[in-house]
Amino acid sequence: MAVQASLPRQAPAAFHRSTRGQTLGKLLLTTLILGLACLASLTIGARPVSIPTMLEAVTAFDAANGDHAVVLSRVPRTVVGLLVGAALATAGAALQGIARNPLADPGILGINAGASLAVVVGIYLFGLSSASSYLWFAFAGAGAAAVAVYAVASLGRDGATPVKLALAGAALAAGLGSLTSAVLVSSQETLDAFRFWQVGTLAGRGWDVIGAVAPFLAVGLVLTLVTGRVLNSLALGDDVARGLGQNVPLARAVTAVGVVLLCGSAVAAAGPIAFVGLVIPHLVRLLVGSDYRWILPFSALLGPVLLLGADIVGRVVLPPSEVQVGIMTAVLGAPVFIWLVRRRRMAEL
Amino acid sequence: MSVPVDTAPARRRPADRPAAGLAASRARRRRSTGTRLAAVAGVVVVLFAVNVLLGTYTVTVPDFFRILAGADIPGAGFIVLENKLPRAVIGLLIGIAFGIAGAVFQTLLQNPLASPDIIGISYGASAAAVTAIVLFGAAGVAVSFSALVGGMVVAAAIYLISRRGGVAGYRLILVGIGFAALMHALVSFLITRTDLRTASAAVLWLNGSLNSSTWDRATVLAASLAVLLPAAAVLARSLQGLALGDDAAAGLGLRVEAARLGLMITGVALAAVATAAAGPVAAVAFLSGPIARRLLGNRPSLAMAALVGAVIVLGADFVAANLVPGTSLPVGVVTGALGAPFLLWLLATANRSGRGG
Repeated sequence: MAVQASLPRQAPAAFHRSTRGQTLGKLLLTTLILGLACLASLTIGARPVSIPTMLEAVTAFDAANGDHAVVLSRVPRTVVGLLVGAALATAGAALQGIARNPLADPGILGINAGASLAVVVGIYLFGLSSASSYLWFAFAGAGAAAVAVYAVASLGRDGATPVKLALAGAALAAGLGSLTSAVLVSSQETLDAFRFWQVGTLAGRGWDVIGAVAPFLAVGLVLTLVTGRVLNSLALGDDVARGLGQNVPLARAVTAVGVVLLCGSAVAAAGPIAFVGLVIPHLVRLLVGSDYRWILPFSALLGPVLLLGADIVGRVVLPPSEVQVGIMTAVLGAPVFIWLVRRRRMAEL
Repeated sequence: MSVPVDTAPARRRPADRPAAGLAASRARRRRSTGTRLAAVAGVVVVLFAVNVLLGTYTVTVPDFFRILAGADIPGAGFIVLENKLPRAVIGLLIGIAFGIAGAVFQTLLQNPLASPDIIGISYGASAAAVTAIVLFGAAGVAVSFSALVGGMVVAAAIYLISRRGGVAGYRLILVGIGFAALMHALVSFLITRTDLRTASAAVLWLNGSLNSSTWDRATVLAASLAVLLPAAAVLARSLQGLALGDDAAAGLGLRVEAARLGLMITGVALAAVATAAAGPVAAVAFLSGPIARRLLGNRPSLAMAALVGAVIVLGADFVAANLVPGTSLPVGVVTGALGAPFLLWLLATANRSGRGG
């Protein structure tokens, strides 16, 4: 990496390695892998179900059949994994685009910190104890934090520049994290409930949770997926983007709204899972280069693959209990990520 | 490449100004930098005194000097010498160490987010310490030692893995993220698997606390800093060169790889000894650099970062020790809450410098 001012930026086109046809082929393959991950998520677990039985349960459900009931109970969990994985990875890609920083992730706009503080306050003051009761606290906290970060970063002459966004987000995250810790060190009961929410899990999420977050997720996905072209021009720097006719503050604000909706719903549904949003976009860049029109949809497909894969491994790795998905994503994903980073020449942001 | 670079931008220098005016403005700037450093140093001294003299037990200034001179004042002597003074000394030193460590990495990697607590080094220390607490029931010095070793090992692993014919900063950051995630997962796993009391102890350590400050710890820390601070001062010059980018630095006659390795070792060692002394005190390393840069009109300065770090830790510890009567909160609970609003305020008001960043 070199200094911004001393080297001309390389256009995204410089990183294109494949033709459009090849990329479409990869897209198809990725979709296929995602489909397999979903099927695996329905069959594998503490009580394994054979694939024919699983297909039978999906096509001709029999309430009296125990195996069918198991499959049915795994459906919402799989759907949550699908939604949360897509939301986190897409939001991460868009965030790295608007903040132009490889360290940007849903943690960085203060979103996870806001949600965590709200949940801790909910547990401490109102005695909340279930995943669905955390939902609205997490969502409100995430939204409030993101708005505060954006407001602070937007003050001043040239609006929300990448450096100011990243710094404001990380600073707010640090401040809110302090407040969260203050509650946790003074109340053991709160720590007891919070430590399990805080790692992030897909278990025990029902259709009520899915129904509550789905509308926000849908709007967020649409808002971010259409910003590929905008992010491409933002990647060239604010000045060039302006020269290309972009309304830079507006473009950044619209993308940020999408990101907040996605991260807010994800953290509300599954807790603060950090690794997916950070790493999937980098992996996708290895696959398709640095064109955000491809990065965003590929992230939406690969995010759930990592999350569901981690969830499946977490169910069977330490029987009889489960390892939470937030832990398994890092344990499985980080070594692969480190290996890839070392092996390949990275397409920089 | 398009990572936001929070290094000194081309300073605004009117092209048509005659050379004499340029020299004068340079001298002015140097003077104003000196004034600001002195002002912040003054704040550090005041906060140090406040920490030692005020609080739950108040000591008058004459009494303080009589105690130092060896007079035995019942009660006060013990509290000042064995409790307040080592605590304030450790607070001062870890503030300096974290401040420099953060600023070194942020400048070196040209990314304001790349402080040791974000790219995995502090997480390495935390993971080792929490492992020691949860699996081996360790406490006190054993925890500090695990933290020291853990931080160093993870830093070395990050460096060696991202090394491939020279360390590219970008790759180092990404490898660091990977390690941070792994270590964080390990910490979360241990905290969800253990009983509540042990989890509480681990969370307490993770926050960073000065409550168990002793002269032994202060001495070890001071001895380490006696080596590391001069090293940082010497390397600060090459840091300014490296901040211009590898090519420019090489053009200036700098041995880029050697300078970078030296800076990294110094930064890691500073963060590690500070973490061993008090735990990974939240956000000091991350906050000090950007705050210092803004106080000096957007120029990186290790000295200013060190002073800002000391201000944050000393100020936070006074609040932490006295906020709730009867108990002493871990200092890390307050550092973030105290430093973050200040950085946010600086960001919000920094509309004069063109980049605002």
